[in-house]
Amino acid sequence: MPYDYRPFPYVAPPGLTAPEPRHKVVIVGAGPIGLALAIDLAQYGVASVVLDDNNVVSVGSRAICWSKRSLEILDRLGVGQRCVEKGVIWKVGRTLHREDEVWTFDLQPDPGHKMPAFVNLQQYYVEEYLVARALELSPLIDLRWKNKVMAVEVGGHAALTVETPDGTYRLEAEHVVACEGARSAVRGMLGLDFDGELFEERFLIADIEMTGDFPSERRFWFEPPFHAGQSALLHKQPDNIYRIDLQLGWDADPETEKTPERVIPRIEKAVGHKDFRLDWVSVYTFQCRRLAKFVHGPVMFCGDSAHVVSPFGARGGNGGLQDVDALGWRLAVVAKGADAGILQAYDRERQHGADENLLNSSRTTRFMSPAPGAERLFRDAVLALAGKAAFARPLVNSGRLSRPCVYPLAGPDDPALPVGARPGAVAPDAPLDNGWLIDRLGREVVVLAIGQLAPKVAGVKTVDLPVTPELQARYLGGAAQAVYLIRPDQIVAARWVTASPGAVNKAADDIWRGA
Amino acid sequence: MSLITTPNLRDPDAAYAALLATHKGLSEAEAHALNARLVLILMNHLGDGPEFAEALKLAREAAAA
Ligand SMILES: Cc1cc2nc3c(=O)[nH]c(=O)nc-3n(C[C@H](O)[C@H](O)[C@H](O)COP(=O)(O)OP(=O)(O)OC[C@H]3O[C@@H](n4cnc5c(N)ncnc54)[C@H](O)[C@@H]3O)c2cc1C
Repeated sequence: MPYDYRPFPYVAPPGLTAPEPRHKVVIVGAGPIGLALAIDLAQYGVASVVLDDNNVVSVGSRAICWSKRSLEILDRLGVGQRCVEKGVIWKVGRTLHREDEVWTFDLQPDPGHKMPAFVNLQQYYVEEYLVARALELSPLIDLRWKNKVMAVEVGGHAALTVETPDGTYRLEAEHVVACEGARSAVRGMLGLDFDGELFEERFLIADIEMTGDFPSERRFWFEPPFHAGQSALLHKQPDNIYRIDLQLGWDADPETEKTPERVIPRIEKAVGHKDFRLDWVSVYTFQCRRLAKFVHGPVMFCGDSAHVVSPFGARGGNGGLQDVDALGWRLAVVAKGADAGILQAYDRERQHGADENLLNSSRTTRFMSPAPGAERLFRDAVLALAGKAAFARPLVNSGRLSRPCVYPLAGPDDPALPVGARPGAVAPDAPLDNGWLIDRLGREVVVLAIGQLAPKVAGVKTVDLPVTPELQARYLGGAAQAVYLIRPDQIVAARWVTASPGAVNKAADDIWRGA
Repeated sequence: MSLITTPNLRDPDAAYAALLATHKGLSEAEAHALNARLVLILMNHLGDGPEFAEALKLAREAAAA
C-alpha cells in the first residue's frame, strides 16, 4: 500500500500582521531532527517555533534503519513504541560476494533490553509520529508549515527573514537551531565551510512494493550476478515495501538512471521477477563532510545541517538523533537562563560523534567503491579470501551499523567496574521487576545506586536497586555494589564503587558546567 | 617484541624460490592480486601490534631509498 502523503495545513503566522515578540528558540526544519528537538525542549517546558519550507513528511523512505539508541531516544520523546510496533525488526545481516555468502552478523545476541537492536521504518512514518506528538505539545511547539527561512542576521540574538505564501515576515529568537538538512540554507547564509570528502560514487535508491518472501534481514551483495561489478543492498520495510540500493558508478547520469525504463529492468534482475510496483526512486551521491563547529553564537547546527555521511551504516538519521539527545537538555537550561557556556559541551561532544560517524562511513565507502589501483586490489583480495578463510570476514565492510559513540569524559571512574558502562557511554538498559531501567533514567540527573543506598544530594533524584544478574554484569562486574551518576541524556557521567555525597555533588555540578 | 629485520629464514634461497613459484604462469595483474591476498594473510598472522606498523614503515621507506 503506498503511503498517503497528507499535507499539513498552512496557517498565516502572526508575524505577517504585527511584529512578534522575540522567541526563546526557533528551529529551522521539521525533519526528524528538528521535530525531535522541539519535542525534547517542550518536555523540559521550553517553547519553540518550528519553521518548515514544505508541508509534507519526507518523500521516499530515506533513513530507514533506526538503531536501539535512536529507539530509546524516540521512546523518551513519546513515539518509540509506535516506531517499534510499526517497524520491521531485524537482527541478521548477510553479506554476499557473487553467488556466495561471505559474512553474516547477528546483532544484539544479548537479551534484556527494552528496545531491539534495529527496526526498519521509513522516515515518513517517523516524521508522521513526531508531528503527531509535537501537536500534542502545542502551544509549547508552534509548528509553521510553508515557512521558508530566506535570510539570517546574527548579533547577540538572531533575526530571520521568513517567506510564506502570504508574504515575508521577520522573526527574532534568542537561539536558532538550524535543522534544515544537508543543504542547510543557514549554513550558507553564515558563510560556513562544509569540509570533507565528496566520493565519486552514486547510488540508485528505490522503494518497491512486492509480496515477496524475503526474510526480514539486511542483504548486501558485492558484485552480484544481477548487477555486474557493482554492489547492492536489500532491506525490508513495513507495508511490503522493500528498499533497494544499487551502486551506479560515477559515470552514470543520474537523470537517465532515475527513469522507470532504466530502473525497472535492474530491479527485476535483483529480485528475480516482475511482480512489483515502483514506489519511489532517487539517486544519491556520497558525501562525508562536517562543519568545523556546530555552535556559532546564537545559531546552532544539528543533524544533516551539521554533518553528512554516506548512508551505509545508517548514521544520518541515527547520528542526528544523538545530536538532539546531547543538545536538548542543555539548550533547555540555557533558555531558562543558565549560562550559554554549557552549549560548548554539545559542540565538543557531537564533533566527536560526527568524527566517529565520518570515519566509519568513509571507510565503508572506500571498501564499497575502491579507487582504481591499490584500493581496488586489496578490496578484491579481501572478498576473494572471505569465502575461504574466517580471518578475512571482519575485513569485509558493507557498513558498520550505527552505535552511539562513547564521549571522552573525565568524570570519576573506577576501573573495577565494567567497561561498557564507563563515563561517556550510554547507561546500559536492564530488565527490572516492574519494567526497564532505561525508563527510570534520563530527563534529569539521576544517582543510580546498586546494592547499596544512594548518597543523598540536594536536587538530584536517586534510584536504589537491588543486584540482579543483568545489573551485576552490566554495572558491577566483579564489584558488590556501585554508584552511577547519570546525565539527562542517559549518559554515564561518573561512577564509584562507594561514593561520598560530596563527590557526587561535585560531579553533578560538573554536568551543569559542561565539563 | 619488535619486527624481526635480521635474517630469520632457515633457507633463504628456497623460500625465495617458493615465492616465485607461487607466481608462476600468472599475468602481472594476477600476480598483483595474489600478492594482495598474501599480504592480507600475513598481516593477519602477524597481528596489528607495533610490528605491523614497523613493517608498513619499512616497506614504504625502502622504496624511497
Ligand atoms: C535520497 C536519500 C536517501 C537517504 N537514505 C538514508 C538511509 O538509508 N539511511 C540513513 O540513515 N539516512 C539516509 N538519508 C539521510 C537522512 O534522510 C538524513 O540523515 C535525515 O533526514 C536528517 O534529518 P534532518 O532532520 O537533519 O534533515 P532533513 O530530513 O533533510 O529535514 C530538513 C527539513 O528542513 C526543511 N528545510 C530545508 N530548508 C529550509 C528552509 N530554508 N527553511 C525552512 N525549512 C527548510 C526541509 O523541507 C526538511 O523538512 C538519506 C537521504 C536522502 C536524501
